[in-house]
Amino acid sequence: MNLLSLIKGHATFAHGGVHPQEHKEETAHLPIRRLPFASKLVVPLSQHKGAPAKPIVKVGEEVVRGEPIAQADGYVSVPMHAPATGRVSAIGLWPTAEGPKAPAIIIDVYDAASQQILYEEELDILHLAPDEIVRYVKEAGLVGLGGAAFPSHVKMLPPTGKSIHTLVVNGCECEPYLTCDHRVMLEHTEALLRGVRIAMRATGAHLALIGVEDNKMDAVRAIREKLKKEESIRVRAVEAKYPQGAEKMLIESLLGEQIPEGGLPVDLGVAVYNVGTLAQMGELLPRGRGLIERVVTVSGAGVERPGNYLVPIGTPVGFLLHEAGVDAGANRVILGGPMMGMTVASLDVPITKGVSGVVVSAPEESIRGDRKVFPCIKCSRCVEACPMRLNPSMMAQLAKMREYQRMESEFHLNQCFECGCCAYVCPANIPLTQYFRIAKAINRERPALAS
Amino acid sequence: MARPIEIRTAPHLKRPQSVEQIMRNVVFALLPVAGFSVWQFGISALALIVTTTIVAVATERFFSQLAGRGNTLGDWSVVITGMLLALTLPPGFPLWMAAVAAFVGVALGKALFGGLGFNVMNPALVGRAFVQAAFPVAITTWTPAFAPGRFTEFIPSTLAVPFMKPESVTPWINSLNIDGFTGATPLAMQKFQQITAGTNDLLFGNVIGSTGEASAILILLGGLYLAFRRMLDWRIPVGVFAGAALVATPLWLMNGEQYPSPLFVALSGGLMLGAWFMASDMIASPVTPWGAFLYGALIGVLTVVIRLFGGLPEGVMYAILLANAASPLIASWTQPRVYGETKRQEGKA
Repeated sequence: MNLLSLIKGHATFAHGGVHPQEHKEETAHLPIRRLPFASKLVVPLSQHKGAPAKPIVKVGEEVVRGEPIAQADGYVSVPMHAPATGRVSAIGLWPTAEGPKAPAIIIDVYDAASQQILYEEELDILHLAPDEIVRYVKEAGLVGLGGAAFPSHVKMLPPTGKSIHTLVVNGCECEPYLTCDHRVMLEHTEALLRGVRIAMRATGAHLALIGVEDNKMDAVRAIREKLKKEESIRVRAVEAKYPQGAEKMLIESLLGEQIPEGGLPVDLGVAVYNVGTLAQMGELLPRGRGLIERVVTVSGAGVERPGNYLVPIGTPVGFLLHEAGVDAGANRVILGGPMMGMTVASLDVPITKGVSGVVVSAPEESIRGDRKVFPCIKCSRCVEACPMRLNPSMMAQLAKMREYQRMESEFHLNQCFECGCCAYVCPANIPLTQYFRIAKAINRERPALAS
Repeated sequence: MARPIEIRTAPHLKRPQSVEQIMRNVVFALLPVAGFSVWQFGISALALIVTTTIVAVATERFFSQLAGRGNTLGDWSVVITGMLLALTLPPGFPLWMAAVAAFVGVALGKALFGGLGFNVMNPALVGRAFVQAAFPVAITTWTPAFAPGRFTEFIPSTLAVPFMKPESVTPWINSLNIDGFTGATPLAMQKFQQITAGTNDLLFGNVIGSTGEASAILILLGGLYLAFRRMLDWRIPVGVFAGAALVATPLWLMNGEQYPSPLFVALSGGLMLGAWFMASDMIASPVTPWGAFLYGALIGVLTVVIRLFGGLPEGVMYAILLANAASPLIASWTQPRVYGETKRQEGKA
């Protein structure tokens, strides 16, 4: 904890971070609205980290909303459920946000269908054994909804010799523009706390810490009001500073500990879940349902009706933008937040489980444009901004010389999680984060040379 | 959508602060210092500043064209070099020598290494070091401040003919009839005669010396402005003064007759200008936070050691140049401990 946070009173991580303009006021006050069904929904088989799911439906088959349509392929994988009642019109390649086309199940939605979820079973979830809960979490197709899309059940079972004592619940939402987690905390507080209890029982954690950035004190109060006294669930306001919501940063802010290099939160006995994920867990599991929709923030300069929409998984981005009244001038569409999100090449790309927001062509002055790139003037702003305390200035010099191995062996390249702080602050407009992303990709492809 | 959509990689946001903006602000911060020197020394100082700046800019333009880098003047960095150089020279320094200094500083100190961002040492000081060696008499010839008629006539040495021995300024100084003018700077007086100038005189520039080093208060204000706008690493000047005090204080406590007080050390000569505007050259200083402090401290220590034990009354220039050279080494020694790092791995630089 540094001096500033002591004065301010809210804990934060020790080093670095930036304060971009938040732009949250555009959507933070708007209640979640349900989006109508698009006529065609596209469910990619890989919306998560790990093996893609395997389809269990055939082309031409009718599916009912909530019904499983693909099964998990192995342990680090999750099933998919039909986001709407309709007919499978194709199983084939479809554009994705990452770039290349990937296999997806395409459903033509029935106009006249009631879209009721019939596919469910009542569960007394909190009285099940932990391994039973983990099985249901997997069957629900739950993944990290904060953006990482890592299968939720995998994090629940610590490897042998390790145990989980604390559940860290991530309600930071530090990316500019995004307010979907904020709205979920306000509107689905009960479901969130139900999810926290389920996750605590499944992991064996005896303490849950909910970390919320201090620009959302109404959410802190809303959760606190619903807490039962005897429970070991605590809400902690943390400083609003990007990237507070990165799990390494939030763990440092809340517990004062750092995950050892190359390690995982479980090495500290911690499991981290996003509030959106746990709210879905609390909503879906007691009814034995699968994940078929999520809250997505639509915001940015080109949006006529910004807000938080409850969007069926598989809704094409173009349909969502049309419903939100995006004008024709918008020319850049970012999935996720503007610091770490991806621009899409096609508006046919569907909303997947990990997409927390769609940000459309924000004001020209704040969005990186075609600026002149200067040589590094060693101003050390990047060194000060890096929350991992890396030396981006030095690594960029090595990247220019293509010394990718040295970046890794001497300068901890793999500790970079591409938060973008360095490139954000660089007055020379050097694409630092982009350099590191490329260097990491090249090192991954040449593992033989790494040794 | 009417327009084609654009593909870019994250981060999509950029803090609106650029290299030009930083460099321009350094120029702004130097303007009061330059203005004061003109008021103090008249048109000679003005001519000196204009000469070095123009030659520096022209040299940069020539070499950047030669190197195929196009026009690099837009980054404003060479303007800083030109102005700083003039501020470190004696006010009556012959203009042609100043032009040589500016050319050498930018050509050898900057362009040769690849221009902005690649220079190992502060280009202005490289230029000054060259003329210090080449023209030892001219660079230690001091003229009185606030001479009558300074806005209408040049100091005679200013307009010396290139490659000819400049005429002596002594008759001109005598003709001014200034009582007690010895031609020695406060540093030299302290070093060789143990006469210490008053703190107020040092603060407000009522002393002689290099063109821009006289008024400690204006330099301090400019430096603080940059530090508050975070366009200057405060650790460097803090390190410089800490390092200087570290050496000067014990000596002064032991023998206050012979050694100057730490306050005098900080305010006299070029230490103030050097600490705030030259040591803080981002390019030639370490990027690591602790490195910046150590680098500053090294400059402070070296300056005082040279001043008190060396043959020269002033040591800021050599101290900064030496520290510039040591900067990459200091940076590699002071790599911050990375998040989650348990122990230093072998083979670390």
